[in-house]
Amino acid sequence: MSKDIYVVAEQRDGHVVKVAFELLGEATKLAKDLDQKVVGILIGDDIKDKAQSLIDAGADEVVVVEDPMLHEYVTEPYAKALTQVIKECDPEILLFGATAIGRDLAPRVASRIHTGLTADCTKLDIDVWKANEEDPGKKLLFMTRPAFGGNIMATILCKTHRPQMATVRPGVMKRLAPDHSRTGEIREIKVDFKPEDMNIVVRQVVKETHKKVDITEAKRLVSGGRGIGSPEFYATLQELADEISGEISSSRANVDAGWIERDRQVGQTGKTVRPELYMACGISGAIQHVAGMEGSDYVIAINKNDTAAVFDVADLGVVGDVKVIVPKLLDAVRKYKADNEKANA
Amino acid sequence: MKEKYDATVTVVCMGPPQADVALREALAMGCDEAILLSSREFGGSDTWATAKIIATALDEIGYDLVITGRQAIDGDTAQVGPQIAETLGIPQVSYAEEIYEIEDGNVIVKRQYEDRYHVLEVKMPCLLTALTELAEPRYMHAGGIVDAYNKEIKVITYENLKDKLNIEDIGLKGSPTNVYKSFTKEAKGAGTLLTDLSPDEAVSAIMEKLEERHII
Repeated sequence: MSKDIYVVAEQRDGHVVKVAFELLGEATKLAKDLDQKVVGILIGDDIKDKAQSLIDAGADEVVVVEDPMLHEYVTEPYAKALTQVIKECDPEILLFGATAIGRDLAPRVASRIHTGLTADCTKLDIDVWKANEEDPGKKLLFMTRPAFGGNIMATILCKTHRPQMATVRPGVMKRLAPDHSRTGEIREIKVDFKPEDMNIVVRQVVKETHKKVDITEAKRLVSGGRGIGSPEFYATLQELADEISGEISSSRANVDAGWIERDRQVGQTGKTVRPELYMACGISGAIQHVAGMEGSDYVIAINKNDTAAVFDVADLGVVGDVKVIVPKLLDAVRKYKADNEKANA
Repeated sequence: MKEKYDATVTVVCMGPPQADVALREALAMGCDEAILLSSREFGGSDTWATAKIIATALDEIGYDLVITGRQAIDGDTAQVGPQIAETLGIPQVSYAEEIYEIEDGNVIVKRQYEDRYHVLEVKMPCLLTALTELAEPRYMHAGGIVDAYNKEIKVITYENLKDKLNIEDIGLKGSPTNVYKSFTKEAKGAGTLLTDLSPDEAVSAIMEKLEERHII
């Protein structure tokens, strides 16, 4: 019988990515409701030494598949490895980060196993599926996700196929503070790779430290308006954006003034954005601007003028000078991150 | 690619009969043939079942290279492309940003990740899911629009595929996932406006929200 909650812990260059720890934190919560275990899955080349970090973050056990073929991510070898793990372990639930790798691997494997997959979930719950006649006490994973560009939320069930699979948006679930005293079994699964499993040739791997951006894809935006005073202040906004894994954007006035490139303009004549955080710095909030950002999940506005229209659409409005507040905020974010790193070290 | 490699481009869409408008637009932009997969039996399909239907039809139609969008604007799942590839048993490259060329039956393609890109060589037949950056849509010309309305759009229904497609595998019944409920996002409550704060107090107020919302 299927059991336990498995988390595919994505790694790149031997480093486990953040969303994996968030998923382990969430899985710990779900596992309690199901009275089952949390199992981490590590797939890669020479990766076993990372298993303990998954246990520290909430995994009760870790399954490891190692092979030189798994050095860089290529769909087929990873799909083969994961399919074998699923066949040997028979998970009840299988979670992935909704990353460029997770959203490539998960559908491929779901198809191969013939089970359901729910994309890009923002909420997971264990609940009783009351309509089930055969077993009225049956507990299922209730997977909730945005659809239609975030205007509608849908809760999805995978009633009979197993495992119940979901990809989960990074940054939504909360990781647990690492507990280095935890212990758990680390088990290796050997996969019999054939040369033909490598059905794609990786000619080149190019790491990009700063790639060109599409602000409509950014999850966090730090946006500057007239109130920032000078084009040079965008550098400060960029530093803040870097610290929170975001991008900078702009009101129209600053684009017209030549302070910043046009492809960063938000609004009716610019781009429509729906980030999880929109930080409006010194933006008055003209209706044309608001039309391009009102779909944001959370809006923080900083403006000197307490009657600025931007405050009407802000979840948190702060009356004050951006040129004073933003540099202090940048320091505070850096300090917070440094303290956190120390605590997690 | 059609001009460079002397290929035929067929546009395939699964949807209700009115989806033919989009197909005619594609014809006016230069596609050679348009096929609409439309049947009552296809309704209610999740990504697994949708992929099954499209893959079965592609098997009938024939292909060297399949290009899908990264994701649809309604479901946003980004799953159908990879699931078609798996059902057909061909390699996939998702998040394709640029097709460089085709040489000796291999597609050379740039595949985007969050922090890197790969240049990949993949043997055809294969499937790519395309980012918007992959190509610009062509303009429709007056002549093309007229031709598009003179061309026939081929419709494939369940009846045409039933030898290869099990009714148990498609539609609501053949879908491993079901929508339990859908609802509109709860309306935002009125925001908070903080006046008369010192800069340090303002920073603390913002930090508190950034932490609460897992931004930091």
